[in-house]
Parts: sequence; C-alpha cells; structure tokens
Amino acid sequence: MQDTVLSLEDICFTYGAPASSYDAAARAGTLALGPVSQNFRKSEITAIIGPSGCGKSTLLRIIGGLRKPSQGKITGHHDNAKTGFVFQDPTLLAWQNIRDNVCLPMQLAGLSKAEQASRAQKVLELVGLETWQDSMPRQLSGGMKMRVSLARALVGEPNLLLFDEPFAALDELTRNRLDEELRQIIMDRKATGIFVTHSLSESVFLADRILVLSHRPGRIIFELEVEGPDQRDADWRRAPRFHEHCAQLSELMTQDSREFNGGQS
Amino acid sequence: MRYTPSLKRITPWLFGAALLVAWEIAVTRAQIPSYILPTPSQIWAVLSTEFITLLQSAWVTLQITLLAFSAAVATGVGLAILFSRFKLVETLLYPYVVILQVTPVIAIAPLILIWVGFDNVNVALILIGWIVAFFPMLTNSVAGMKAVDPDMQDLFTLYRASSLQRLIRLELPAAFPSMLTGAKISGGLALIGAVVAEFVAGSGSSTGLAWRIIEAGNRLDIAAMFAALLLLSVLGIAIFNLLSLLEWVALKNWHPSFTQQTDKNGQ
Repeated sequence: MQDTVLSLEDICFTYGAPASSYDAAARAGTLALGPVSQNFRKSEITAIIGPSGCGKSTLLRIIGGLRKPSQGKITGHHDNAKTGFVFQDPTLLAWQNIRDNVCLPMQLAGLSKAEQASRAQKVLELVGLETWQDSMPRQLSGGMKMRVSLARALVGEPNLLLFDEPFAALDELTRNRLDEELRQIIMDRKATGIFVTHSLSESVFLADRILVLSHRPGRIIFELEVEGPDQRDADWRRAPRFHEHCAQLSELMTQDSREFNGGQS
Repeated sequence: MRYTPSLKRITPWLFGAALLVAWEIAVTRAQIPSYILPTPSQIWAVLSTEFITLLQSAWVTLQITLLAFSAAVATGVGLAILFSRFKLVETLLYPYVVILQVTPVIAIAPLILIWVGFDNVNVALILIGWIVAFFPMLTNSVAGMKAVDPDMQDLFTLYRASSLQRLIRLELPAAFPSMLTGAKISGGLALIGAVVAEFVAGSGSSTGLAWRIIEAGNRLDIAAMFAALLLLSVLGIAIFNLLSLLEWVALKNWHPSFTQQTDKNGQ
C-alpha cells in the first residue's frame, strides 16, 4: 500500500445559511456536499466524477484550502505553497506575457529574478512553450493557454496537483494529448493528483482510482480501482479493460440519475 | 464610385463643410441680422481677431477642468479601493455618494460658492466640476474591481497573496479598462461642470470661456458667443480623444475590445 498524504474526514459543505430565517431547515442551509471521507496517496491520480451540481468542484477547492468545509477535517498535506491548481479556464492575467504569468506564484512568494527565470524556463520547456515566453495570452490557442496554466501550477514544484475540469473546453484530440502528458508529469514527480471531470473516458484514461459522487448532496457512492498500466497512451484507450471500466461507470451513473429523478417527482 | 474607407472617413467633414456653406448663403440671402445669427465668416473673423484673449479664457477653463478631472480620478479610484477593502465604508458612504450625484449640480453650485467664498472662486469651480465628474469614475472603478474572475481570486488565495499584492497585481489591472471608460465619461463631465460653475459664479470673478459667452451675450455679440462655444467643443473633443488615445496605448496589446480583429485573423 502506498503512503497516504492527505485524508478527509467527514467533510461537509453547506450553502448559505440565513440566520434570520424562521424555518429551522432553511437556517441550517442546504447541504451541498458530504459527508465525504477519503484518503489520497502519493504517486496516484484520483479522478472525481459525478453529475453537475454534485459539489465535486467544491470538494476540490476544500482540498486546496480555498474553501472552508462546514464540517469535518483535513489532515496531512495542506501546504498551499506546495499545491498546484488548474482551473477550468486558463485564468491567465491577460495583461501579462506568458513568462510573467508562469512566474506569478514565484513573484508572489518573493523569489529572486534569476530563480524565477530558470524555473519558468524549465516548466515552459516541459509543456513545450519555451518559444512563446514573450507572447500575450490572447495570441495562444485554447490548448496552449491550458498548457501555460499547467506550467504555472508546476512551477512551485508542488506535491499536490488539483485539476478542476481543466480540458473540458478543448477539442478531443488536444484533450487526449494533454491527458497523456499530464499523467506522465504527475508520475515523474511522484506527486498526488486529484482530477475533477465529467468525462468518464477521461477519468478512466488518467486515473488510478475513480471516486463517483452522487447527486446533491454529493457523497462517494462508488470507488473504482482502475486496472491499467502505469504508462498510458493510445493503446490503453483501445484496451478492452478501458471500455469495461467506462461501461461500468456509465451504468452506475445512469442508475444514480434515475433514482435521483425518481425521488424528485 | 465605390464607398471606400478613406471616403467614409472624410464624409462627415464634407457634410460639415456643406452645412457651413449653406448656412453662409442662407443667412446672407435672408439678410438675417448678425445679432440674431451671424454667418460662419463673421464667427471666423471674431475668432481670428480675438484669438489670444479667447485662448487665455480657454486656458482658464481647461485648468479648472483638468484639476476637477484629476481630483475625480484620484478620489474615484481611491474610494473604490477603500470600498473593496472595507465593506463597511461602502455601506456607509454609498447612499451619500448617490445623493451627491442625483442632486442637480446647478442647484448646489450657489451654496458651494457661498461656502468656499468668492475670494477662492477657483476652488469653488474645481469643487463643482469634481462633483459632476466624480461619480462615473467611482462607479466604473467599483464595477471593474468587483468583476474580477473568482477563479483568479482563488489563484491568488492559493499562493497566499497579500492584500496589497492582490490589489496591485490583480484588481487594479483587471479594473483598468473600466476605469478608463469611467475616465472618458468623467473628462467630458468635468468640462461641463467647469462651465456650469463659471455660469453660476458669474461676473468679474471668472475669466473662463463660459464667462466670455455670458459677456458676449450681454453685448448681443452672437459671433463672439459662437467663437467661444467653438473653443469649448474643441476642448471637449481634445479631452475625449486624448483619453481614447491613452486607452488604446494601454489596452491594445491585450484587451479584447482592441484585439478581436487580430484574434480572428490569427485563428
């Protein structure tokens, strides 16, 4: 068993609790997520999938320390400086060139210029954009912007990498290629990766473990250990096992969806 | 003949020239007295003979306008920063800012003149110009700072940015385009405020363009009124164009309003 670097214990998240409300239920707010308990391990990629609104993005933000859970606690790794976060949009500063965007975390931390330059060079080479350093974000395609965002997340040499549907807006070929590179990068660094997506095939391609969340309030209804190779490429996408996993997940989620909709009417 | 872009550019000028010629002919033909409506050539004559005094007046008005505008920019941006940092200040002050804005300035102007005193009439004029110009600067800055992408805010939280870093590296640059929009409105309003203030301040105390208009009106020198009016328009246009130029220089490399064309070609 690999070593646990992060554990969640009974994490809950409740939206808007108006203290003035007369209705006790409304006063308590709406439970959006949880309770969720889970361990995350080193050199492992965990995918979190689930229907929209199940709180998977919120869960990721709680793990990254960007939201406070309403209940429960997180133990283990919780050092912001060693966390990389890639959002759904590239979230680049439009008024700064690619190099300065990648340097942002180091500028905020007050690293020396020389250190910034050498580290930025390294990560930009890693994502294949070293010749674009002086360009402005608008000059890059969607996939390239996402690479910059990835480079910025990697520049602090994080051991926890969080992804919130980062490639959802990209075309499938670009997305597949980025998924391959991403897995390689995380494995090379022996980091912990947590990847939120709503694409079943993307989760099976990338992850060693998949957590399926239910409809709101999001709870882990299923955990799937992906029986895939460590090195993954187009062959894995064609493997029978890959398709079995996808089918399994699809069935599970359809069933949850049916139950949810049944409960609604 | 094809309607080329260069032709399109000179069309308004041609139209204006045609209008001036029509005006000249109509007034001469109908023998309208110059104390009702002077011809463009008469206005031009006044403009050239009294150019130096008019220019001096324009300089007075311009100074008041620029000082009122600078004060509006400084207080608008400053208060927007304060609002973004201290919610309480916003809750406390915003209603009064709105009251200041919705009360017609011409109704407050006499009060201000009395309070500040006719000895410091220029201070009063600047204050009145500021009241008019301040609001769009504030609201646009506030809107710009509030519109910062929440994911971007999260990113700065993740990297433990200080409040100052967040302000300087994220919120101010992100709000800069809105601030410039506010400045373009404020610049024009500062001129209007300065002119209104001069009108209210009245005789003897002020020597700006508005005073020239009043004075010429008293003498039924309509051509001189037009000449001063023309200079006022020139001032307004100059202020607007300068701010547009600043906007273009500052945003041309990154802002979608200036880069859309290149993006389309690039993709």
